[in-house]
Amino acid sequence: MQTYDLEANGLRGLNATLQSQSTETNQTSWEVVNPKGSHAIAVGLDAPIEVTVKGSTGYYCAGMNQQATVKVEGSVGPGVAENMMSGQVIVDGDASQYAGATGHGGLLVIKGNASSRCGISMKGIDIVVHGNIGHMSAFMAQAGNLVVCGDAGDALGDSLYEARLFVRGSVKSLGADCVEKEMRPEHLEILKDLLDRAGADASPEEFKRYGSARQLYNFDVDNAAAY
Amino acid sequence: MKDMDDQIPRTLPIQSATFTNPINAEIRRAAATGIYDIRGGGAKRKVPHFDDLLFLGASVSRYPLEGYRERCDTSVTLGTRFAKKPIELDIPITIAGMSFGALSGPAKEALGRGASAAGTSTTTGDGGMTPEERGHSSKLVYQYLPSRYGMNPNDLRKADAIEIVVGQGAKPGGGGMLLGQKISDRVAEMRTLPKGIDQRSACRHPDWTGPDDLEIKILELREITDWQVPIYVKVGATRPYYDTALAVKAGADVVVMDGMQGGTAATQDVFIEHVGLPTLSCIRPAVQALQDLGVHREVQLVISGGIRTGADVAKALALGADAVAIGTAALVALGDNDPKWEAEYQKLGTTTGAYDDWHEGQDPAGITTQDPDLAARLNPVEAGRRLRNYLKVMTLEAQTIARACGHNHLHNLEPEDLCALTMEAAAMARVPLAGTSWYPGKEGF
Repeated sequence: MQTYDLEANGLRGLNATLQSQSTETNQTSWEVVNPKGSHAIAVGLDAPIEVTVKGSTGYYCAGMNQQATVKVEGSVGPGVAENMMSGQVIVDGDASQYAGATGHGGLLVIKGNASSRCGISMKGIDIVVHGNIGHMSAFMAQAGNLVVCGDAGDALGDSLYEARLFVRGSVKSLGADCVEKEMRPEHLEILKDLLDRAGADASPEEFKRYGSARQLYNFDVDNAAAY
Repeated sequence: MKDMDDQIPRTLPIQSATFTNPINAEIRRAAATGIYDIRGGGAKRKVPHFDDLLFLGASVSRYPLEGYRERCDTSVTLGTRFAKKPIELDIPITIAGMSFGALSGPAKEALGRGASAAGTSTTTGDGGMTPEERGHSSKLVYQYLPSRYGMNPNDLRKADAIEIVVGQGAKPGGGGMLLGQKISDRVAEMRTLPKGIDQRSACRHPDWTGPDDLEIKILELREITDWQVPIYVKVGATRPYYDTALAVKAGADVVVMDGMQGGTAATQDVFIEHVGLPTLSCIRPAVQALQDLGVHREVQLVISGGIRTGADVAKALALGADAVAIGTAALVALGDNDPKWEAEYQKLGTTTGAYDDWHEGQDPAGITTQDPDLAARLNPVEAGRRLRNYLKVMTLEAQTIARACGHNHLHNLEPEDLCALTMEAAAMARVPLAGTSWYPGKEGF
């Protein structure tokens, strides 16, 4: 276990050190102490290392992550794991806005609640939120899976493309072109796998699935009232 | 009686200056289709522009440099504020961001070839970076756009600079729409969307709003790229003083200011023609902001939107810009709107010089299309050579003017070298009306 004191040694040194780890490194386990809400912690990583942040972070923690597992023992600010490509990001607390925004791959787990626009423009990432999510989540979401074990706020899945949304609790309202869809066996299988990997204590059968009605995929003046 | 009627002078038919034939045609088209007009390009309306300025040249009080003999340098370095590796260009004319998707593969390759041969940079667009584009561009600026189509850290680290796009001159405050007919398998895959659907490019970034967030976003991008490359912030010209100041405050190395004549791949005509500022009007306020913050020349200013000639380049630089970017002009140099395709333009209901349905993917010149047969019409080597030639000519023209004004570097051009032909241009450029020492807003009229 390598320990990095962020307060004492600075952000540039932390990211430079973590980014320089090769895929064959033996130093696979890192601990970051004194994060104190700093921004851009553990961004741009590209090695199969495990980084544990001992406290809460600011914006863009684990942004553009590849391969690494980043655990946050606290809450995270806006844009956690934004544009993640692969790997895992696990947040013990809550997440602010835009969690997992535009992510292409990997798994983001939020054990608390996530604020608005969770999964905005997601492009293949899987997101599992143990608690609730805020309004406009999965706005223009293109691909991947968003699993919500609690409730979803207003306008879920507005202008959705091909991402799959699974919600166990209530949905305050659906956004434009987002509809409830049949939960088929293949969806239950996907959901079970994600819940297991995210350590969520929930049964797939308790969820409803939402997806795109695909009515707004090509512009039609008769749909102008939808937006 | 009839003979007398024939002798009475008639009132001539008078066309309305308000309800013109083009306006009436558009009303009829809208009534028939229920859809607003979408097109490519920038504002076509006449606005005050660089043509409304003249250089004064040397005289008794200033002596010129010898043409074809005395050196007039053209180099520029962008990104000197924070980046470890600023971009060094031989000429102050860059190629603006245009996407693979909006443009064909051969067109993107030709832009890279032409720019590289002329010693300047080219820029990606929405949809990400293609290997061909990277391979043919010696200096490539990677756009960081609201859609984040194709965005990934590996390509980010291959870039020579990153341009955070806040807005475009053709549509400040607007996003984009790549229509389904231009979505080939490859374009769809790069953007992680199904083939054949309209692809919306968002108008706002998904994970930041406002200048305070932008500062943190820039920090993140620098951390991911080891502070190696410059970070530009591109804005559509609307509030040039404050947008420039806020971009500087957020940590930009370079500010790119795009006027309303700057082109787009596809936007509503009403947006293009009615939102934003003319390019001429945004340079002095942007320079003023840099000067007020004490960073003029430390944070470089790139101006775009309707740059066509070396005279335009020289005028933009004289007003305080460090470089310019061209888009539409570069496409024309490649072969866009070439008269040799007139018969095909006629079939599309248009004519040479007016073709702007770039979003429909039927470009006879093979530039704004994803149709393989049409795209194959553009030879990227020859088109790249044409672009290089054009860039060289623009540079020579700008040098000619600079020498005539007595300057041994294009960056030594200054507002005092200029006068304006109209009150509007004088007010916008803050240079004297020709033959006077006054411009609107200046005391002493």
